[in-house]
Amino acid sequence: MADTMQLVLAGADERDLTKLGEYKAVGGYATLEKARGMSREAVIEEISSATLRGRGGAGFPMGRKLSLVQPPEAAGKPTYVVANADESEPGSFKDREIMSRVPHRFIEGCLIAAHAIGSRHVFIYIRGEYLAEYEVLKAAADEARDAGVLGDVALIIHRGAGAYICGEETALLDSLEGKRGQPRPRPPFPPIAGLYGAPTLINNVQTIANVPVIIDLGAAEYSKIGPEASPGTVVYSLSGNVERPGNYELPLGTTLRELIYDVGGGIPNGRQLKAIIPGGSSVPVFTPDQLDTPADFDSIQAAGSFLGSAAIIAVDDRACMVQLALRAEKFYMHESCGKCTPCREGTRWMVSLLDKIESGRAEHADLDLLRNVCDRVEGRSLCALGDFAVWPVRSYIDKYRAEFEAHIDEGGCPYGGGSSIEGVVAPIDQHTHSPVAEVPA
Amino acid sequence: MSLLDEIRVAAEPYPDKKSAVMSGLRLAQHEYGGWLPPEALVEVADALDLTPAHVQAVASFYDMYHLAPVGEHVVEVCTNLSCALVGAQQVVDAFSEELGIRPGETSGDGKVTLRTIECAGGCGYAPVVVLDHRYREPTRPEDVRVIVEELRNG
Repeated sequence: MADTMQLVLAGADERDLTKLGEYKAVGGYATLEKARGMSREAVIEEISSATLRGRGGAGFPMGRKLSLVQPPEAAGKPTYVVANADESEPGSFKDREIMSRVPHRFIEGCLIAAHAIGSRHVFIYIRGEYLAEYEVLKAAADEARDAGVLGDVALIIHRGAGAYICGEETALLDSLEGKRGQPRPRPPFPPIAGLYGAPTLINNVQTIANVPVIIDLGAAEYSKIGPEASPGTVVYSLSGNVERPGNYELPLGTTLRELIYDVGGGIPNGRQLKAIIPGGSSVPVFTPDQLDTPADFDSIQAAGSFLGSAAIIAVDDRACMVQLALRAEKFYMHESCGKCTPCREGTRWMVSLLDKIESGRAEHADLDLLRNVCDRVEGRSLCALGDFAVWPVRSYIDKYRAEFEAHIDEGGCPYGGGSSIEGVVAPIDQHTHSPVAEVPA
Repeated sequence: MSLLDEIRVAAEPYPDKKSAVMSGLRLAQHEYGGWLPPEALVEVADALDLTPAHVQAVASFYDMYHLAPVGEHVVEVCTNLSCALVGAQQVVDAFSEELGIRPGETSGDGKVTLRTIECAGGCGYAPVVVLDHRYREPTRPEDVRVIVEELRNG
């Protein structure tokens, strides 16, 4: 049985940690004082030796990012801290929990990071839909500012306006600069030239919320938790066909079986587990024989997928995998920013071919063509969205090929209208609504 | 405070005021009754010394800016994977039936716009419905009648 272990969310079950007084009562902001008493190098060294890997999806070590940022006196420019709170990966809802329950721990992490790179500006880019979370975060920031906790650091909370791509770090930076949120070619990477062309540290909410935990515990203690190559806890987001969906903070390396069956209570209504999406909708799918894979960065990757944002979606045996692929792909088509050709055109091709297969108009050659389009998009786009658009589709084909072929052989969906996601409507055009509709009599 | 002044105040914390274009659009949308007519885009542009073309380019990129009128209330149903797997489509159907409109449309009395949206980040509390920017989690088909009644009377 998996043991819950709260580090980032510690204390939030017992106290209202959205209040500064309560957070201080559990030692809050004392770690910031400790960090401010340390040299920049010492703070970076502590985070580096704790091997804190990014919790936003890529798993990149935060310590390495920190050490790449040129200090302001060397760069001759200001440096910036940007917190990526644009959580939009389908299946992911962990940052929302962190911001609404332990906002001060997150802010404390931002301020320690600012100290580490000599920055006097922290920007928090929060997705526009998160209104309630914005309100909690803003109240916490105001309270911290009034209490003098921020020191000489300006903390700016920037609200997004609905664009998945802005979770991609360079698209986020463009968006924050007041442009369309489209990814930038790299290099240069943000630590060299990020926001306003200045050295920028950009990290996910949960990564940053781990910073005070590490400085408080010390890297040596922190490293004892979870696997050696990716220590610490992670907030797993469980959703889909599972008895007890929700966020659960556990040591990294908890197995998918423990997560879905022990923590999540198994599959409801006596159904069978059909597929596991281990890291948000963008990652390759797992089949139930992979349930014993530990959910940490390296183990999931060794098994052929990605931990991503630790968003685990359970899919039961009522779901048609072609419909699931089609629904996922319509999302990527909608969210493609349109800047580069493989992603913009490829997502449209994939939707069109999947639609043809689902509706029974496809031939076997179409399935091969679809597989071919996947290979021609992967690795060829400006940012990872192109890959994200490929991985679900290609892995569903490779692992559930018989189901795709049955659609072609039987001239339609073998579920005959009985799939759990039959007819699910994807947003078609978000921007131009017909002002007034004909109301049926 | 005028909209122009409000936008300028919103721009103050940023090292470059152009960064406030998103705040500006949100403020303008609120001021103009939930959507952004061309004159609203011009106001945002004027407040921040940008061209209306730039502001239009930004506004058309993000899902939360409306470039056509919407109803007094906006109902949004997430139909991404986690919500879809636990019955989001039945929730969409219930709203469609109760309101007599399809997703993307506004009721004849101008009261309610129905939309389907991409992942709202409420996957563990699915199906997620967003009523005038406030999450209602979870929302089941049987809840829809009362919700619509409240919106109609509200």
